[in-house]
Amino acid sequence: MSVATRKAAGAGLSAITGAAALVVVLMLAIILVDVVRGGAARVSWEFLSAAPEEGMMAGGIFPAIYGTFVMTLMMTVAVLPVGVLTAVYLHEYAPPASRMAAAVRVAVANLAGVPSIVFGLFGLGFFIQFVGAGLDGAFSEPGTITYGKPALIWAALTLAILTLPVVIVATEEALRAVPREHRDASLALGATRSQTLGRVILPQALPGILTGAILAVARGAGEVAPILFTGVAYFLPDLPDGPWSQFMHLGYHVYVLATQSPDVEATRPLLYATVFVLLALTFALNLVAIAIRTRTRQKAAAGH
Amino acid sequence: MTTPVPQAFPAKMETRKLEVRYGAKPAVRDVSLRLPERQVTALIGPSGCGKSTFLRALNRMNDLIPGASAGGEILLDDRSIYASHLDAVELRRRVGMVFQKSNPFPKSIFENVAYGLRVGGMKGRAALAERVERSLRGAALWDEVRDRLDESAMGLSGGQQQRLCIARALAVEPEVVLMDEPASALDPIATAKIEDLIHELKARYTIVIVTHNMQQAARVSDQTAFFYMGELVEVGPTERIFTNPSQQRTEDYVTGKFG
Amino acid sequence: MIEPASVPPDTTAAAAAGEGDRPLLAIRRRQLRETAIEVAVTAVALTGIAAVVLIFVFVGREALPLFTSEEARQETDLARMFLAQTWREGRAATFTWQPVSDVPKYSMIPLFVGTLKVTFVAMAVAAPVGIAAAVFASEFAPRRLREVLKPTIELLAGIPSVVIGFFALLVMATFLQDTFGFSFRLNAVVAGVALALTVVPVIFTVSEDALTAVPRAYREASLALGATRWETAFRVVLPAAAPGVLAAVVLGFGRSIGETMIVLMASGNAAITSLSLGDSVRTLPATIAAEMGEVVFGGAHYSVLFFIGVELFLFTFVLNTLATTFVRRLVRRMSGTAA
Repeated sequence: MSVATRKAAGAGLSAITGAAALVVVLMLAIILVDVVRGGAARVSWEFLSAAPEEGMMAGGIFPAIYGTFVMTLMMTVAVLPVGVLTAVYLHEYAPPASRMAAAVRVAVANLAGVPSIVFGLFGLGFFIQFVGAGLDGAFSEPGTITYGKPALIWAALTLAILTLPVVIVATEEALRAVPREHRDASLALGATRSQTLGRVILPQALPGILTGAILAVARGAGEVAPILFTGVAYFLPDLPDGPWSQFMHLGYHVYVLATQSPDVEATRPLLYATVFVLLALTFALNLVAIAIRTRTRQKAAAGH
Repeated sequence: MTTPVPQAFPAKMETRKLEVRYGAKPAVRDVSLRLPERQVTALIGPSGCGKSTFLRALNRMNDLIPGASAGGEILLDDRSIYASHLDAVELRRRVGMVFQKSNPFPKSIFENVAYGLRVGGMKGRAALAERVERSLRGAALWDEVRDRLDESAMGLSGGQQQRLCIARALAVEPEVVLMDEPASALDPIATAKIEDLIHELKARYTIVIVTHNMQQAARVSDQTAFFYMGELVEVGPTERIFTNPSQQRTEDYVTGKFG
Repeated sequence: MIEPASVPPDTTAAAAAGEGDRPLLAIRRRQLRETAIEVAVTAVALTGIAAVVLIFVFVGREALPLFTSEEARQETDLARMFLAQTWREGRAATFTWQPVSDVPKYSMIPLFVGTLKVTFVAMAVAAPVGIAAAVFASEFAPRRLREVLKPTIELLAGIPSVVIGFFALLVMATFLQDTFGFSFRLNAVVAGVALALTVVPVIFTVSEDALTAVPRAYREASLALGATRWETAFRVVLPAAAPGVLAAVVLGFGRSIGETMIVLMASGNAAITSLSLGDSVRTLPATIAAEMGEVVFGGAHYSVLFFIGVELFLFTFVLNTLATTFVRRLVRRMSGTAA
């Protein structure tokens, strides 16, 4: 091929691959524009703070926001310590070529690939039918089921396991970014391993850990399949009053409104508005996480 | 005035037939060396000769390297550093280290110096402050930073950071201070300040300094040990090593024939 | 005897500490605390392994009655789930999934076919687009563009699948029907294209990591020999990163098999066994999601749904292992220990 042909081919390929990238960005833009156009108008303070009325045809989505918030809060409390400590084990305490560390890594990689619906089955089969049933056997009046049924806590714990890989990966990345020299300096001053971790390494890794937490929350707020039969409900007259209640959820609300509405046209504005809120929430979280990560990388590059 | 012979001082630390291996490879072999109390011992030799490895064996920093193992004896005050009265953490409080590249924590100047004290259990701002000041004076840094103790240590110049690291090491009141090429990353003025500092510190601490700069070794140390390919070739009073070494290899090195 | 020159008579820290070793008790206590912390951290790390094991065990547990209980085996068994059955006298043998009926029919085949159709469409769209975009980002795009492109794709990845399903149901389905004239508004193509939106970020991210991991030296050598940038990209970099790109595709494949909400909302949810992509389909995950809510606890249907869960878990386990093997090969290649 002549040089000119090769160059033209190169330009062509640049264009094609660039077009592929453009298509992706465009799809994102189309979705955003559609959601904003369809839903922004309906979103008001009233919408966000009021309860649904008229069989979900009117009113607001506050219970769904509240339920999503409480559930992700519980989930975060469960997943952060386990995820961070697992990453600490992998990075700090595991001997090199440790079989257990390798097994943990394999397990975490697999956990990340398990379909979200299977987590829902796990929540049902383990938390509700096993742990919950066990608690009922031990603490409930015979014949009554207090713990062995769908509830906030079971959904939160199920999602905690689902988001475990997210926290572990983010934390490990953060730990790896802490320069070795600080660890050596700390140990040379007579600090123990745990003191070095607590006073030098973890404080420096904090932004990365925070990123992991935020990404986990974004996942938790958006995943619907795992909570389908572990605790979510479409219409609840009251807000959940404890970990053993069911709850409403933004994502689930979108699903039901979109697929089971008796009057599609009437609920359309409501549906769009709910999607808008959910999308705005997850986007905000993702953007914050990205911002923290970018700033941390810039600081690391400039610092040394 | 006659320079006192280092060997006359009691040995603060001593190694006997020390061997350090990384996996199967020996990095340091059959090294028996006395480190006299309150004297400066310089370890010289071409790169890769094992002097840094030897230094790190003295405060068990090699323990942190997977696959590293040590044979022979290392003694502090005539007792093995591996004996049960000491563990690595305790040892490092008595044998401090200053690294080649300064590594202050991303904390304030005060917190950097106070770090070793805090992990050792000392509390109370007043007590800490007193020790911090003493250490910073000891490192000839107090006057420069007294007004900005709560500012980040990362804002100091390279030379100041290294003196901060020295102050940090001194704060826990070690008996021995190990220095791994402490001035190699510094400009001549900062280097001179560090060398002056070493002269002052000698009065209170036993110092072992690794350096690839022979002139520095000659200026600063009382006793010099020449390492080559993991072995201790020769050790003796600095003046003699540089003017009249007894080994040919030593003479070749100090006259610049190689290295 | 030569007098040592300057030995201060006062008690320096050296003298003090030299004699008074820190009390042994304090040292032992500190060591004990450190060991306790190490044990605790290690124990917590076991949670990851425990989770995977527990998932398999407890999902399997609810599926077990299929093989152990007489009543369940009346309704179905492995043969009936995978081989064509004559459900009624005189009729031809079919693969039918129709659990709610006077003769419950539990053939897995329509569900498998549905899953594969949707996955096929998704991968046919997502793999070329994802890989091409990754090549663009790593080889052709100017730095600034890449720094914008990567977060954008991360944002796309951050869209909850229920939102993508919503978009597919309301907007894409209409658009695709107008363009292609499907007889069913919700079908494998709609679901597959929507699915591609979630798979592209996976393929993009992993491929881009693999491509940027190719050492600069490879590119520089190629360019120095007179190759153009695109020749370098496609003849040198892409082949070098091939195991990583392959891993990306495998992971994307796993993702599209397991995706639930999008398919639930946009595929029509009809368990039809056919080869046409324009027909509605039912996938394995969507079946679980759609039917678990109305199932009798402990019954055969309930157990079959859990059994589908076991199947899905095993598939993704195998796919993950495959992907990991590829990545390991990639790492070995990059570090130069393999040919």
